[in-house]
Amino acid sequence: MISAKITDKMRNLRDGYSSALIKLGYENENVVVLDADLALSTKTKRFGTIFPDRFFDCGISEANMMGMAAGLATCGKIAFASSFAVFATGRCYDQIRQSVAYPELNVKIVATHAGISVGGDGASHQMIEDMALMRALPNMRVIAPADAIEVEDVIPAIASIPGPFYVRMGRADAPVIFSRHNRFRVGKAKLLRKGDDVAIISTGTMTAEALKAYDLLKKEGIGARVIHMPTVKPVDRKEVMKAARDTGAIVTCEEHTVIGGLGGAVSRAMSEDPVPMIRIGINDTFGESGEAAELVKKYGLTADNIAKTAKKVMKVRR
Amino acid sequence: MHDKELIKDLQRKALLIRKYVVDSVYRAGSGHPGGSLSIADILSCLYFHEMRHDPKNPKWPDRDRLVLSKGHACPALYAALAMSGYFPVEELKNLRKTGHFLQGHPCMKKVPGVDMSTGSLGQGLSAAIGMAIAGKLDKKDYRVFVIMGDGEMDEGQVWEAAASASHHSLDNLIAILDRNGLQIDGHTEEILNIEPIQWRWRAFGWDVIEVDGHNIEEILDAIHEADRNAKPTLIIAYTIKGKGVSFMEGSLSFHGKPPSKEQYIKAMSELNQAEEELND
Repeated sequence: MISAKITDKMRNLRDGYSSALIKLGYENENVVVLDADLALSTKTKRFGTIFPDRFFDCGISEANMMGMAAGLATCGKIAFASSFAVFATGRCYDQIRQSVAYPELNVKIVATHAGISVGGDGASHQMIEDMALMRALPNMRVIAPADAIEVEDVIPAIASIPGPFYVRMGRADAPVIFSRHNRFRVGKAKLLRKGDDVAIISTGTMTAEALKAYDLLKKEGIGARVIHMPTVKPVDRKEVMKAARDTGAIVTCEEHTVIGGLGGAVSRAMSEDPVPMIRIGINDTFGESGEAAELVKKYGLTADNIAKTAKKVMKVRR
Repeated sequence: MHDKELIKDLQRKALLIRKYVVDSVYRAGSGHPGGSLSIADILSCLYFHEMRHDPKNPKWPDRDRLVLSKGHACPALYAALAMSGYFPVEELKNLRKTGHFLQGHPCMKKVPGVDMSTGSLGQGLSAAIGMAIAGKLDKKDYRVFVIMGDGEMDEGQVWEAAASASHHSLDNLIAILDRNGLQIDGHTEEILNIEPIQWRWRAFGWDVIEVDGHNIEEILDAIHEADRNAKPTLIIAYTIKGKGVSFMEGSLSFHGKPPSKEQYIKAMSELNQAEEELND
């Protein structure tokens, strides 16, 4: 089990990204960073200020950025390419497919402003299908860290493994739930709470809500298992199967459409020996403008809804 | 003035590339002969004279690179690579065949000597820019060549990349435009007008040189001039689609169609005859 708890401490995941990038920049001169005119928002600009020769603001041209990153990678560079999730995936899907994933180049796409909690900008900027798009690509691995600490583990980890990765983060500050570094392994789930009544499998910052849901359920005498799944592809099948066997009822939670993301990955992982499962996420609809906290509530991405859903899925358990 | 023997040798090798193109596409039963034949002279100049490369060490970090952005013309690229010694020329007979490595569009993971996977048009220049920037970062003196088609000029990404290359003053980048005037659906000017193409590129901050894309001396001169430029250079190579095979020249239907058996025999006999004339 890995220690995790909800504290008052909030930190932006993007700050974790920029601090990790700068550290990498000092350690490895082959690290280069590209952005598409959102370097202040993604916070890659901080790397650019320290390493101006290895930072390329490509302007508002994501397609060209992905191709440039691919070309740099063919020459031994570890290319981080960043933008908002909606532009870093959908806007240049074919460039990622043809120039990054197919030749399996060392490009790390790190996107920010994923999910509905983008808030006021509305549906055009609330990327809810990025993990589905990236999961579908051969050679692509998909990671959604839970907090800034985990981001600081994920970035050096993916830099040390050749080939393409997609990492998604939200815009909003998020509770720091991990107290220690070096607990992240690509493809490995993190067991955060033990329990055999129901399993809550979550990814990204939804894991903080899953931990709160555990407390709510505990008050009612229900022992929930909480599994954080930072790597959505390849998903930790062993841990999913074990949760299915031990609990017989699963809830998945993600700030993403219920189609093709974590819910899809978990369903697939246990498809040969399935148990009842309910997916919490955006239910095949676009988002809308609003305060992040209000939207999260409206679309059911809260501890309350996770706890309610957990009880629901327990009722249909065989 | 170039050495006459060199010119003749490069012409001979271009003819051989053409023969391999016709042969491999015929055997494959599919592929793109027209746009492959139009770049044979350019590839001959690059692989057999201009480019610094080592077929025994395909990933040599100091090599000149070539991105075939018009990836469908890979039968010509594969011929040039095989003739250079990257893999046996017998493999050309297995183009597009299940279980063999010569894919219908270039795959850098499978084919030694292919510097970038391409196939979806408009993407090669961006990758070439990344390679050129890496060369600058690593203080290496290699050059990056990219061959684009004129139909490809329709793609928006080409213009993102065009702006990016001049923004970064990539004097180690040489793009060659295979201006054969045809794309799948018709004449480029009828489908989507790209003229005045040289002024469009000049406006994006490039030096532009125009050559006859089937004239070895002009191609070599243009590359040498590009080497002296402080900006990225576009060489507009005016070519004939299907060049070297009478019934394929200027033909729309041979963009993506193999020759029939009779056409194959006729094409090979024309190319053989051209070879004999060259050797006279």
